Amino acid sequence: MVDMKGTQLIHEYLRHNKKFPHVFCAGCGHGIVLGSLIRSIHGLGLSKDEVCVVAGIGCSGRLAAYVDFNTVHTTHGRALTFATGIKMAKPNMHVIVVMGDGDSMAIGGNHLIHAARRNIGVTALILNNNIYGMTGGQCSPTTPAGSFSMTTPLGQMEQSFDCVELCSAAKANYVARGTVFHVKKLDKMIMDGISNPGFGVVEILTPCHTQYGRKNKYRTPVDMYKMLKKDVIDIDRYEKLSEADKAKKVPSGVFVQKDDSGLEEKFYQMAAKCQGGA
Amino acid sequence: MARPRKKRNKEIFALGNEAVVEGALLAGCTFYGGYPITPSSEIMEIMAQRLPLIPNGSFIQMEDEIAGLGSVIGASLAGRKAMTATSGPGFSLMQEHLGYGCITETPLVIVNVMRGGPSTGLPTSPAQGDVQQARWGTHGDHSIIVLSASNVQECLDNTIEAFNLAEKYRTPVILLIDEITAHTREKIIIPNPDEYEVFNRIVPTMPPEWYKPYEETVRGVPPMPAIGSGYRFHVTGLTHDTNGFPTSRPDEVRELNERLFRKIDQFLHDVQLVDEVDTEDADVVVIAYGTVARSAELAVKQARDLGVKAGLLKLSTLFPYPRKATEKIMSKAHTLVVPEMNMGQMSREVKRVNNGQVSVRTINKVDGQIITPAEILKVLTRV
Ligand SMILES: Cc1ncc(C[n+]2csc(CCOP(=O)(O)OP(=O)(O)O)c2C)c(N)n1
Ligand code: SF4
Repeated sequence: MVDMKGTQLIHEYLRHNKKFPHVFCAGCGHGIVLGSLIRSIHGLGLSKDEVCVVAGIGCSGRLAAYVDFNTVHTTHGRALTFATGIKMAKPNMHVIVVMGDGDSMAIGGNHLIHAARRNIGVTALILNNNIYGMTGGQCSPTTPAGSFSMTTPLGQMEQSFDCVELCSAAKANYVARGTVFHVKKLDKMIMDGISNPGFGVVEILTPCHTQYGRKNKYRTPVDMYKMLKKDVIDIDRYEKLSEADKAKKVPSGVFVQKDDSGLEEKFYQMAAKCQGGA
Repeated sequence: MARPRKKRNKEIFALGNEAVVEGALLAGCTFYGGYPITPSSEIMEIMAQRLPLIPNGSFIQMEDEIAGLGSVIGASLAGRKAMTATSGPGFSLMQEHLGYGCITETPLVIVNVMRGGPSTGLPTSPAQGDVQQARWGTHGDHSIIVLSASNVQECLDNTIEAFNLAEKYRTPVILLIDEITAHTREKIIIPNPDEYEVFNRIVPTMPPEWYKPYEETVRGVPPMPAIGSGYRFHVTGLTHDTNGFPTSRPDEVRELNERLFRKIDQFLHDVQLVDEVDTEDADVVVIAYGTVARSAELAVKQARDLGVKAGLLKLSTLFPYPRKATEKIMSKAHTLVVPEMNMGQMSREVKRVNNGQVSVRTINKVDGQIITPAEILKVLTRV
């Protein structure tokens, strides 16, 4: 691993033939995730050719186009299905999937559950900004009850999904939650998610001030980062809180870590046996 | 180099669905991803048994048809020859990904064993109701190759053809068969390797820095590297420039869309496959496909016995519609007869090409029953 810092590192992994500027609003957390992803891959010492980044549709989905890996920008909600095919075809590749909260838990909810259940060896980064960014601020399955969006002008009356609980219940091998405010920890989680076998999920809380903030009293990016700083705490600290205090906070950290082998590994071992190998 | 030793052809007794699997494996298919549905399920079940037995073969049952085709596209991008099979409702679910396959130029094969519809319709009865869905089911304007098969041997042969065309033109190819052909058991011949051609996608040979994933070539089909082979590029369902990045510049948008049509349209002679029976001197020609073509073949023979100069144009390719072959028979015949198990999805194409020149008679049946030779003969003897 060559020692590179900051922008030098970023430039090594960005695509030079891609027309910039990028599509993200100034202050959007998605760019921080991009940096974290690059540092994690570099930190693991992976070559560019052994990494495939598969993305869904949404602002989050645009992330793939900027990085110099094998990249696939798929259809809304279905990134995990493409990733499953790629991983089955190329079990030695590190397949990393980038999805939004709407992408992964609304339209793609079924695929998320089943990717976790079958334990396919891909790493899913779920960029949760509690809103549909790209389509202009409609509510998503993680929009908190009571908060406002273009399609919940009276306040959200439905319950919201907890990504960590959902993926844990669906039996993912690795489940973690980080934020774009706690970047060092996030880098570590993404690295662990990639190196862990089987299906891994890193939920990343990332602010969308443009669509979520403006309707919910967080007018600037800074307001939103302050909220992440204040409300998101380590799981150990969270566990010690009273039930009333827990309701006001969001736990972060690693929730599940198992080392079951991924589906692709099991499949090829069994197939080798059938073909008369050891 | 020594020619491979001439082995005796292997004969087997197989279902149409089994023949599809044999054809796919002969063509080099190593990936199947899908979701079961009658009357296509045997294709998936046999694939689940066969693929683990071949080196590099892999199989996965996904959570629905959307996921099934998604996994097929992923595997194909990663260098595999990949397929899925389904029936009407599943084919409807696949439509968004079919369009994605077209714009990203991903070779893949979808077999749709048609059943009666609309909706869940008649799960175990034959129909030919998905012809126009195969052509226009996904959104946007695009070209597509759709094949069919009328007997069990053709299920094998045309599946090989479907893979070859998919690889040659970097495009999804749909094989439409109906429930009768899929579930008929017949003796078929498994060809020896030197008796059929297998086409593999062209991979780039230039250094990765020079490679432009969507650049124009003489054939209009850019070379296609596998994910992970050193050529790193972006694949997107958005309209893209020659580098693969999203664009809305009119000249770049036009260039891509026109090339996607051109790459297939300039090779119509290669993709439009038909068979002709007794058409040379025919006054009346039946145009048919799928199981109905078999009824038609018998009807034509019986009509000849009765002194009617009848012929058959059997379509193996449904789209791009074989216009040349139709025009040729129209120059002699005074009547075309188009029998189909739908309300006229293919006769629409025939009438379009015919443009009022000769008489076109249709026979349409949507009761879940096959069109019999007698029903076709009746029309042949009356025109
Ligand atoms: C089948 C389909 N339905 C709807 C859309 C429109 N659409 C595009 S992005 C999006 C939501 C994106 O929200 P999210 O996944 O939360 O990502 P973000 O933009 O917030 O990063 C929607 C509904 C689409 N592209 N495809
Ligand atoms: S709309 Fe929201 S999610 Fe999209 S780029 Fe802007 S801040 Fe980010």
